[in-house]
Amino acid sequence: MKILVSAKRVSDPNAKLAIAKDGKWIEGDVEYILNPFCENAIECALQIAEANEGTETVAIGIGDDETARFIRQGALARGIDRGILVSAEEASIDSDLIARIYQGVVHREKPDIVLLGKQAIDGDSNQVGQLLAEYLGWPQATFASKVEVSGNKAIVTREVDGGLETLEVSLPCVITADLRLNEPRFASLAGIMKAKKKPFDELEIDDLDLEDTDTKVQIVGLSTPSGRKAGVIVKDVEELVQKLRSEARAI
Amino acid sequence: MSKVLILAEHDKGALKKVTLNTLAFARQYVAKFGGSYDFAVLGHNVAGVAEALRGYGAGAVHLADHADLAHPIASAWAKVLADLAKSIGADMVVAPATTTGKDVLPRTAVRLGAGMASDIIALTDSGAFARPMWAGNLTGNVKISTANKVISVRASAFDAAEATGGQSPVVAFAADPALASTRVKFVSFDGVQSTRPDLAEATTIVAGGRGLKDRFYAVTEPLADVLGAAIGATRAAVDDGYAPNDLQIGQTGKVVAPQLYFAIAMSGAVQHLAGMKNSKVIVAINKNPDEPIFKVADYGLVADAFVAVPELTAQIKALRG
Ligand SMILES: Cc1cc2nc3c(=O)[nH]c(=O)nc-3n(C[C@H](O)[C@H](O)[C@H](O)COP(=O)(O)OP(=O)(O)OC[C@H]3O[C@@H](n4cnc5c(N)ncnc54)[C@H](O)[C@@H]3O)c2cc1C
Ligand SMILES: Cc1cc2nc3c(=O)[nH]c(=O)nc-3n(C[C@H](O)[C@H](O)[C@H](O)COP(=O)(O)OP(=O)(O)OC[C@H]3O[C@@H](n4cnc5c(N)ncnc54)[C@H](O)[C@@H]3O)c2cc1C
Repeated sequence: MKILVSAKRVSDPNAKLAIAKDGKWIEGDVEYILNPFCENAIECALQIAEANEGTETVAIGIGDDETARFIRQGALARGIDRGILVSAEEASIDSDLIARIYQGVVHREKPDIVLLGKQAIDGDSNQVGQLLAEYLGWPQATFASKVEVSGNKAIVTREVDGGLETLEVSLPCVITADLRLNEPRFASLAGIMKAKKKPFDELEIDDLDLEDTDTKVQIVGLSTPSGRKAGVIVKDVEELVQKLRSEARAI
Repeated sequence: MSKVLILAEHDKGALKKVTLNTLAFARQYVAKFGGSYDFAVLGHNVAGVAEALRGYGAGAVHLADHADLAHPIASAWAKVLADLAKSIGADMVVAPATTTGKDVLPRTAVRLGAGMASDIIALTDSGAFARPMWAGNLTGNVKISTANKVISVRASAFDAAEATGGQSPVVAFAADPALASTRVKFVSFDGVQSTRPDLAEATTIVAGGRGLKDRFYAVTEPLADVLGAAIGATRAAVDDGYAPNDLQIGQTGKVVAPQLYFAIAMSGAVQHLAGMKNSKVIVAINKNPDEPIFKVADYGLVADAFVAVPELTAQIKALRG
């Protein structure tokens, strides 16, 4: 079995964000981290590989040289077998083009499972996995909180509105990870050393035979939404009830 | 002139109100740029849902009723939705950004060669769509450059549309999901049983955090009962098993904007704020006065929730007689 898993970098969620001069993305020396949902996807890939001997795991990141660091340290150091960096300027790609780049890599690698995060915590689009599944004509199981692979099937429990849904999908398939899927392991020192010697390929988008590299969605401007102002601290429950009643008219 | 196709959300044969919030977006869109809208009802034995939508001014309510659509399997629903959009010449497909909408719409977009914008909260005059990014810390205006467009709508950002009277025709659509659904099998659904209002529809929400520990329900339920409120939770409360996933509010859970939101024993992490900071009135109850939740609360009470919430419940109850 072969699993393709994502390693995308995102800005640290606690970083103070500054809008770039062209108004289209953020700028400044922001700390980057591995997208938390990719950590769950990577952990899931490792667990499937541990349970299914002979499984090969491959991590893919789309971005610049900085992204390579996240593939090595976030994925390979944790135990993923090899890495692929598809060089791209992130400012000129959207979810749709990312999905088509993945499709190109899938055609080369022929994995049985593609494991992505359910969303990227910068763009927050929650689209790439679903787009990819449709481009490939594969079944999908998104927002996974439990994954069991047996034979050529995956039984996936999904976190959906109203509860938990379980689907059985035939391989090959696309699965997107939710945060409760697992507890991502840390990279060990030995893992970090080994990661340096693991196979690592760099591809250009041109290598992937895409029909075009046009985007369908463009950011035309970013702004900071007006924040809330802190209100008052009440001294006790009685004052709270009184304020909710006569001031806010909320109860 | 646009033709907008709105995917109806329903559960156990009943229309979900988020469909009407989504309709409000569609009405804004056609008011600005011209055109008309239709509804799409997908499922099995869902004629009642179509019927419930007839009074909302749509050109037609399309009903795709098929046994293979009984569960919202994304590949099957996306195929039928895209087939329908093509057959009626719709150039925009919209749905609420629920887990179903998020699952189905991107696949629909691929089938229509459309760009998709997720979680739209507003429309600009130039035709850009505003959407929260970075957990709502920034708002992005995005343009879709394809002729066909797919949009998921953040329901809490639009007031539910009113009925306009009239009787839109219900038109049966001969759905053919078969090929698209063969490699996925629905196994089971483990639903949360609740008689409370839906989080997306509640006017008051009592939300608890990790601080309530295994007394999560003991503290939140009585207050929710006197207020007729829905119960919500932080990710930490769900992770620790005090509440089911369906109750999670935030960047990766549900997004709500009720009239009144009680934030009890939670710190106010950015990812949680992303799901509730547009509530009209926020009340925070926390024993630590330095927590960020107090920065967004209209009323803050520094107190032990195990003492303060029962007292609050009793006082509101007394008030209501
Ligand atoms: C430094 C930097 C600068 C950027 N500049 C711009 C810009 O100027 N304009 C702009 O529009 N966008 C820009 N981007 C955004 C980027 O190009 C992607 O479009 C975006 O981050 C993808 O998020 P999404 O919300 O569309 O993905 P989602 O659909 O939410 O992602 C779902 C999943 O897809 C996978 N995935 C997504 N992206 C990647 C990736 N790059 N590599 C591997 N797996 C991935 C992950 O598993 C993720 O969990 C920038 C990103 C970075 C890091
Ligand atoms: C990618 C990502 C996505 C996330 N998505 C979400 C999301 O969608 N929703 C979400 O909620 N979180 C989300 N989180 C998690 C988020 O970062 C926080 O960890 C979480 O919101 C904390 O929950 P909490 O406030 O209940 O717990 P804590 O931060 O542990 O806070 C507990 C609070 O309880 C108070 N307390 C304790 N005992 C009492 C008492 N007796 N009386 C009064 N107060 C008391 C404490 O003072 C403290 O403020 C996400 C995180 C990541 C990384």
